[in-house]
Amino acid sequence: MLSFILRRIFQSVLVLLVVGLVAFAMFRFVGDPIDTMLGQERTLEDIDRLREQLGLNKPFFLQYWDFLVRAVQGDLGISYRQGRPVAEIIAERLPATLELALVSGALALAFGIGLGIFTAIRREGVTANFIMTVSLIGVSLPTFLIGVLLIYGFGVGVDIRIPFTDTVINTGGMPTFGRGDTVDLGWWTTGFASWDGVQSIILPAITLGLYQMTLIMRLVRAEMLEVLRADYIRFARARGLGDRAINYRHALKNTMVPVITVTGLQLGSIIAFAIITETVFQWPGVGLLFINAIQFVDIPVMAAYLMLISVMFVAINLIVDLLYVLIDPRLRVS
Amino acid sequence: MSDTPQQDIPAVLEARAQSRLSRAWDSDVGYAFRHSPVAMISAFVTLVLILAAVFAPIIAPHDPFNPATLNLLNGLTPPGTPSAFTGETFLLGTDDQGRDVFSTILYGLRISLFVGFAAVTFALVLGVTLGLIAAYVGGWTETIIMRIADIQLTFPSILVAMLIFGIAKGITPIEYRDQVAIAVLILAIGLSDWVQFARVVRGATLVEKNKEYVQAARLIGRSPLVIMARHILPNVLSPVLVIATISLALAIIAEATLSFLGVGAPPTEPSLGTLIRIGQTFLFSGKWWILVFPAATLLVLALSVNLLGDWLRDALNPRLR
Repeated sequence: MLSFILRRIFQSVLVLLVVGLVAFAMFRFVGDPIDTMLGQERTLEDIDRLREQLGLNKPFFLQYWDFLVRAVQGDLGISYRQGRPVAEIIAERLPATLELALVSGALALAFGIGLGIFTAIRREGVTANFIMTVSLIGVSLPTFLIGVLLIYGFGVGVDIRIPFTDTVINTGGMPTFGRGDTVDLGWWTTGFASWDGVQSIILPAITLGLYQMTLIMRLVRAEMLEVLRADYIRFARARGLGDRAINYRHALKNTMVPVITVTGLQLGSIIAFAIITETVFQWPGVGLLFINAIQFVDIPVMAAYLMLISVMFVAINLIVDLLYVLIDPRLRVS
Repeated sequence: MSDTPQQDIPAVLEARAQSRLSRAWDSDVGYAFRHSPVAMISAFVTLVLILAAVFAPIIAPHDPFNPATLNLLNGLTPPGTPSAFTGETFLLGTDDQGRDVFSTILYGLRISLFVGFAAVTFALVLGVTLGLIAAYVGGWTETIIMRIADIQLTFPSILVAMLIFGIAKGITPIEYRDQVAIAVLILAIGLSDWVQFARVVRGATLVEKNKEYVQAARLIGRSPLVIMARHILPNVLSPVLVIATISLALAIIAEATLSFLGVGAPPTEPSLGTLIRIGQTFLFSGKWWILVFPAATLLVLALSVNLLGDWLRDALNPRLR
């Protein structure tokens, strides 16, 4: 058990070191830092002085070490485009992304598990089959298309005439651009404090959560069908337990183990796919920041985003692995 | 085989004369194909789209990239109705520059499919080679290759592709960026996708390399390179085919996503994703056709390749037969 945890932590540190090396190499070799920081009017002395100052005359691995130390202390360099510290820009943008990820993750979990249980229990039902077919299309739809279609359907709106009357209803009117009104709490800006902000998060959250929802739903359904066939469920039936007790108390508990793993891993990809959703809805989060950084080749922002997201991913993976051992007693026997 | 002499000799000769294609048609997979409407329809749709892309210059009624043939007066004509100024009619309407949407879709499809195929081929060659080497050579080589694969797998491939695109953009001088954008796109998507191939090929090779035919080949002194390429490779290819098909759908979607986000195909060579990006800006003014038709084309393409991949996976899986 202990050796397993230690090995996992060692692996995580190794991944972070490699990612840090990639980020550092980007700094060092993509474009010349001296070129970007000094203008046209420069002397050889200026170049030497800056090289000395930035530590560019040191051996590669010493430079890498300095870079890591600075990154851990929160110094991620200065954005080429905005001329401000990258750490400051990211801290400003992070709440938007985290709120979006949180809401869409919650949506995906609630609807995914609910629909998964439903389609597993009513396996032969018409509704369940319909949901399964729709989910297949949901998996094939690229995230950005879902976003664009939602904007078209609920932002721009389509006129629908109610049959036999002259009433026309427009389905549009939802906000499709930015976060709406936000409240600044000093270190965190929230969109939940105003009705406008809450409305603004709905379409982006659905866009981001839809794929994860279909994934969780299909997983819960498959696992549930598997578990319902197990002997202990048959035994519970034989004991005369009610459907509700069997489905929710006995079967659901065992389906949750893989669901937790996948959900944990999907949390990482929610943050990555937020890049797409944020661009479609012009959501001012770190994803949009990253896309703009790529478009304008703002290397410090790209490198910082890479490190930030890899710390998140590695932490999530580690927690999921440890949770797995905690939840499933069968894994503790080694 | 003991019953060979009794076999009908003309029948055997006839069977030999049959082409590879008809042998494939008669095989188990061919049988499964003929009895699966989903597979036949999706294969047909994919084929039609590929042919439309290949023959785009012949099919397209207009050349959307020749400014001399464009008439700005035709701009934003709705589908199927004559333009208010010139009286010309366009099947799927025109965009703001007066370009025929149907023609731009055909040319966009060409770029989307080209990038998709090229990226998957690149990923396949790289992944299969590294997978074979990792499993056959073993030791440190294997550890390093598979560790890199594991680390890369921690991150979603779209993110890896974006990052590679960004780095490549930073390395190329500004005046060449648009010219190399397509090549960079292929490189980025290909590099983000090789891990699947490497893992599967490594797994299969680990099984194959201990079989008798490999030992025999080693015994008669064939070089490791020849054993890997001529003996093991053909035996590990069938799962690779499945992954390649599914990867193609993913690569097409990845390319469309990158282009949509503005970090992919340049406006001078628009793919379906670029067209959707352009179309999105006309959504709020009610010019739906500039967005909807390219989006529908992308959806049909991705869905049919995806279904084909799903079916192939089931058909080639010996456990499901």
